[in-house]
Amino acid sequence: MANRSVRLLLEPIVDKNPITLQILGICSALAVTTKLAPAITMSIALTAVLVGSSVIISLIRQHMPSSIRIIIQMTIIASLVIVVDQVLQAFAYELSKQLSVFVGLIITNCIVLGRAEAFASKNPPWPSFIDALGHGIGYSLILISVAAIRELLGSGSLLGVPILPLVKEGGWYEPNGLMLLAPGAFFIIGLMIWAIRTWKPDQLEKPEYRIHVVHRTEAQ
Amino acid sequence: MSADSRSQTAGASLTGLVASIKAVFRLPNDDPRKTVAVALVLCLACSMVVSATAVSLRPLQERKAALALKSEIVEVAGLDSGELGLDQAFAQIETRLVDLDSGTFVEGADPLSYSYRDAAKDPAASTALSEADPAGINRRPDRMPVYLVRDAGQLETIILPIYGAGLWSTMHGLLALAPDGRTVKALTFYEQRETAGLGSEVAGESWLSEWPGKVLLDASGEPVIEVVKGTVDPSAANAQHRVDGLSGATLTSNGVTNLMRFWLGPRGYGPFLATVSGRERG
Repeated sequence: MANRSVRLLLEPIVDKNPITLQILGICSALAVTTKLAPAITMSIALTAVLVGSSVIISLIRQHMPSSIRIIIQMTIIASLVIVVDQVLQAFAYELSKQLSVFVGLIITNCIVLGRAEAFASKNPPWPSFIDALGHGIGYSLILISVAAIRELLGSGSLLGVPILPLVKEGGWYEPNGLMLLAPGAFFIIGLMIWAIRTWKPDQLEKPEYRIHVVHRTEAQ
Repeated sequence: MSADSRSQTAGASLTGLVASIKAVFRLPNDDPRKTVAVALVLCLACSMVVSATAVSLRPLQERKAALALKSEIVEVAGLDSGELGLDQAFAQIETRLVDLDSGTFVEGADPLSYSYRDAAKDPAASTALSEADPAGINRRPDRMPVYLVRDAGQLETIILPIYGAGLWSTMHGLLALAPDGRTVKALTFYEQRETAGLGSEVAGESWLSEWPGKVLLDASGEPVIEVVKGTVDPSAANAQHRVDGLSGATLTSNGVTNLMRFWLGPRGYGPFLATVSGRERG
């Protein structure tokens, strides 16, 4: 049981990372990673919603009529998202302004509904909790890495603390504007996927078909 | 005796209720009665949790919003709150209440506790705009707070709260004017929910930095400021009355033009600005 928990927790961090392997949750990964602080806040918000919704759905899984199963899951997720949004506005007002609509968009993040449907609706609460936590950690890892790179190269700072002296403040570093735009995030995520799949080749997807060369004599 | 029997019936009906709840639980999942029961219980539970959270956190959120507004006012006034601290910096700004129709200051009411948003909902404190509502605000508060920055007694900056309809939301902002009542010193929109990346650029540094120096009124005092489509030709005659539009956000840009013209016009701060600028000149 402990072994299984450890596996459920550690697998989604690299081996089954929701962003780099399952390619889910990309929208928020692009939008909130221009700076490190909103990325950290978003990671905590998503992990909270993921864990909360997985545990609750797991607790009521025996009594969910299949005809309204998806709606029940979405209602629970949406309510949790509203609660998280309200808590952010009350305790981290400035950050919630920076995140603007993207906290509300957690409901559309495929990771949350995906784990609810694929795991929480079929497993007891404790494994669901661990699985959700693992996926949250995997998502947070990618988000924080991308945000650290984008903020460092795009603004020369980390968490608002200037690290590379900018040219406009008398230093030598000319900020890379591409890092502040969405395509920059795409490129970083793409490079990360490439690096991870070089390190772990079993993540490579098999080609869907192979082109078979037919010689003229065979065709006749 | 009757009290006993009443409590006995109450106990009996309670156990009856519990028994029927257990019976519903024991129904197969696809039974329509169970479907309805689960849906009802879920909606009830979720709505209670959401309402409880929102209501209990509202006071804290409002306090934070008020603090954020103070910080916006200080920033648009061009004061540096880093050295002095926010409260000290804000104390240098004079908050007054203005009666919009007459353009005069209101004495005797506390401007700091006045909320123009509450006033807009109160029929006694606002005027309905049945026609001529270009900013789309429905009701106009009769009084608005204004923030005056003085340097050694001389009026330096007039800060006016403005708001109006964008495409998806009501945009709330602060307009900082020079004492002549027509030249922009700074502009900010601190609250908006326009399209992320397009209309939301209305709150972005690069677009807001085009506003300082623009002249909002023409020689006769009419609001002529316009956010145009495309870019403004700086050598054109009325370039000072025009601001570059936001690409991909025409309706949001029109919203800004409309709310600017409303608040600078006769039903907005027009009378107040005429009084203030006339007084300063004289």
